[in-house]
Amino acid sequence: MNTVSRRDFVVVLTSAGGGLLLGCRMGERSGTATAAAAAAPPPAFAPNAFIRVGTDGRVTLIMNQVEMGQGTYTSMPMLLAEELEVGLDQVQLEHAPPDDKLYANPLFGDQETGGSSSVRAFYEPLRRAGATARSMLVAAAAQTWDVDPASCRAKRGVVTHGPTGRTLTYGALAEKAAKLPVPDKVPLKDPKDFTLIGTPAKRLDTPDKVNGKAQFGIDVRLPGMKIATVAASPVLGGKVAGLDEAKAMAIPGVRQVVNLGDVVAVAADHMWAAKQGLAALAIRWDDGPNASASTADVVQGLDAASQQPGVVARKEGDAAAALAGAAQKIDAVYQVPFLAHATLEPMNCTVHVRKDSCEVWTGSQTLSRAQATAARVTGLPLEKVVVHNHFLGGGFGRRLEYDWVTQAVRIGQQVEGPVKVVWTREEDMQHEYYRPYYYDRVAAGLDARGKPVAWTHRIVGPAILARYLPPAFRNGIDPDGVDAAVQLLYDIPAIQVEFVRHEEPVLNTTFWRGVGPTHNVFVIESFIDELAAAAKADPVAYRRTLLSKAPRARAVLDLAANAAGWGRPLPAGRGRGVALLFSGWGSYLAEVAEVEVSKAGELRVHRIVVAVDCGTVINPDTVKAQIEGGVNFGISGALWGEITLKNGRVEQSNFNNYRVLRMNEAPPIEVHLVRSLEAPGGIGEPGTSITGPALANAVFAATGKRIRRLPLVSALKA
Amino acid sequence: MATLNINGRDVTVDVPTDMPILWVLRDVVGLTGTKFGCGMALCGACTVHLDGQPIRSCVTPVAAATGKKITTIEAIGDTPAGKKVQRAWLDLEVVQCGYCQSGQIMSASALLAKNAHPSDADIDGAMSGNICRCGTYPRIRAAIKQAAKGA
Repeated sequence: MNTVSRRDFVVVLTSAGGGLLLGCRMGERSGTATAAAAAAPPPAFAPNAFIRVGTDGRVTLIMNQVEMGQGTYTSMPMLLAEELEVGLDQVQLEHAPPDDKLYANPLFGDQETGGSSSVRAFYEPLRRAGATARSMLVAAAAQTWDVDPASCRAKRGVVTHGPTGRTLTYGALAEKAAKLPVPDKVPLKDPKDFTLIGTPAKRLDTPDKVNGKAQFGIDVRLPGMKIATVAASPVLGGKVAGLDEAKAMAIPGVRQVVNLGDVVAVAADHMWAAKQGLAALAIRWDDGPNASASTADVVQGLDAASQQPGVVARKEGDAAAALAGAAQKIDAVYQVPFLAHATLEPMNCTVHVRKDSCEVWTGSQTLSRAQATAARVTGLPLEKVVVHNHFLGGGFGRRLEYDWVTQAVRIGQQVEGPVKVVWTREEDMQHEYYRPYYYDRVAAGLDARGKPVAWTHRIVGPAILARYLPPAFRNGIDPDGVDAAVQLLYDIPAIQVEFVRHEEPVLNTTFWRGVGPTHNVFVIESFIDELAAAAKADPVAYRRTLLSKAPRARAVLDLAANAAGWGRPLPAGRGRGVALLFSGWGSYLAEVAEVEVSKAGELRVHRIVVAVDCGTVINPDTVKAQIEGGVNFGISGALWGEITLKNGRVEQSNFNNYRVLRMNEAPPIEVHLVRSLEAPGGIGEPGTSITGPALANAVFAATGKRIRRLPLVSALKA
Repeated sequence: MATLNINGRDVTVDVPTDMPILWVLRDVVGLTGTKFGCGMALCGACTVHLDGQPIRSCVTPVAAATGKKITTIEAIGDTPAGKKVQRAWLDLEVVQCGYCQSGQIMSASALLAKNAHPSDADIDGAMSGNICRCGTYPRIRAAIKQAAKGA
């Protein structure tokens, strides 16, 4: 167990220039901290972009991945500290500035925190960064003493010469180490020698999150700053037709109305005046080409697209022939709705646009894109745009976009001095980048004993990666859109998975705590349950017989089933459902959900049991926390989540009509971890994707009703 | 002009009397620990105490606070219940993104201050107005129980 001295721990934010230090752990507000920012002395030893050691012994780790609750501000330092040989209590953290050259996520090619990728992507690079620095510090000590480096060892920031017991601190060695060549290759520790990785380290970001000191983007305060709130066209593509500026300006505290044609902002002394000013404008909109768009239109478009074959993403055997020759054929259409992320911190961004520079303060999962959009809007070169990142009040993929940054910079161009643009909850919910509506056709053939001999899965939806990361979109296939579907683990001799790209330009769409798996796992695991039912087989036993080539999957299935008491009788009205997950995240999960459905169609989740094999674990408590959180995010989505369109407008506006899980509805969640030395897998998102199908299968067990379109509660009441 | 007692100090602010306390705290006084989440008392992120009672500051006007004591997350650690709650929150690693946790801690502290040993039903009653999108509910429940044990 590693303990962290919370008092000594300092989170430091740095600007792109590298000179500004904001000590938010010290209790300063960011405004005063910025004003008081002093140029830090250059570090004595900075062997790479992730580590700096000062002559005073101060060790600073630079966090390229952002913290949005997933614990990366603890797991990334653990990777560095393990090989650098320092304690977590000895380090300070800095947010990395935007810089794709230094901090690109190797899985994506740019600087982004998403896709449950941080540990997967940086497990080796950060350990290597730590080991390189440590080897140079040890070499510096050996040189000082004129001894063999092999006779020295490092621990807690001190190098000791074994035979003589002489010691030197990293601080004392920093200047000398800086003059040594950076070695090309350094050995990494054998995992059995890890002292930090794999231990439940206390999180480094949380002490300031229980006392109000943590600085989220929305908490930025700058001298002379105005606060603005906005109304963008309620219909995508609409324009302002008219507004009453004088009425807004008459509200005390309102300073300026900014009309950009597609969006209107009111800048004021405080949010209350800005909100009242915006309401007083009584904006009239020309709704444009999407004025009559509705959810039914979207579904109709998807259904029509699903009639045509797609691009083949996986092919085993001849699925069409196997289907034609099967003893029993089953087919189904599955649908999942648009979903909002509804991060509890609404979108916000503070900007200060000057003639020759632009500063941006926000919480972003993709700092380099935030910087690039500010440069594009202002016409400034990248190096003239400084982005200050903050803790994110929820990301879930919403903050992989940067539309609100673009908007804030456009507004900032019209406002003298700094301006903080804050969206209301209603603006946030109605101007999201939503999880797409997906429409899937599946079919399977069973032999006379009920064993599947053919499986076809046609996925219809937008190709988010074609927009977001074009190099990843190859041969007409969005690898994220088909994720989990192409990795189907079940022994089926003939499999065909197809992707039909169908864009719906009436709403913007993006990642949502995963994307492909958030619907594919629901489809696959619901449909395999349908096959088990058709074969009159137990859902766990049926899956088990099809997993002969996937021992890790079978192990988590067994673990979850045993822990959940699978097969034990339940009271009337209750049912257990199981689901299995494997995808590009590289982790294996099995989940058993226990639900109760009342005669009125009310659904209560009584218990969730999850078994997880995510390979090598960095911080086991973080893995558990992420699975718990992912499950609860999945429950909200599966039970109630649905964004609908009418007359081009999103009908939901706040938490009264976009229902999310609350304390009185949250079930106990048990998480069982499998010990493993396999490569690390992602853990931030899988808990969400696996929960929908586990719940839907439990509803089937409780009621006999197979629900093929989420959300569950409205389907049960229909 | 209104004089408010915030965390034991009198603060005079020049704001309209119908202005919600949330925006006075965040945008005028500069106490940003209290969060904006919904603006309609639906999510609990803005919870502060008014004479020890948890209230949603996003819908409570300044006028309702005159002559009363406002306590925010920045000072809740000075109360016995608040201190225990904060410690339990860290011991059990409740927090994820942390944005809702100011409100959660304010609601939990108010619960424990008047009910030293809350039942599950009491916890549901006191905490169901506070949304956590990260889904930390199981740990919030466990942390309230742990804080109660330390009573």
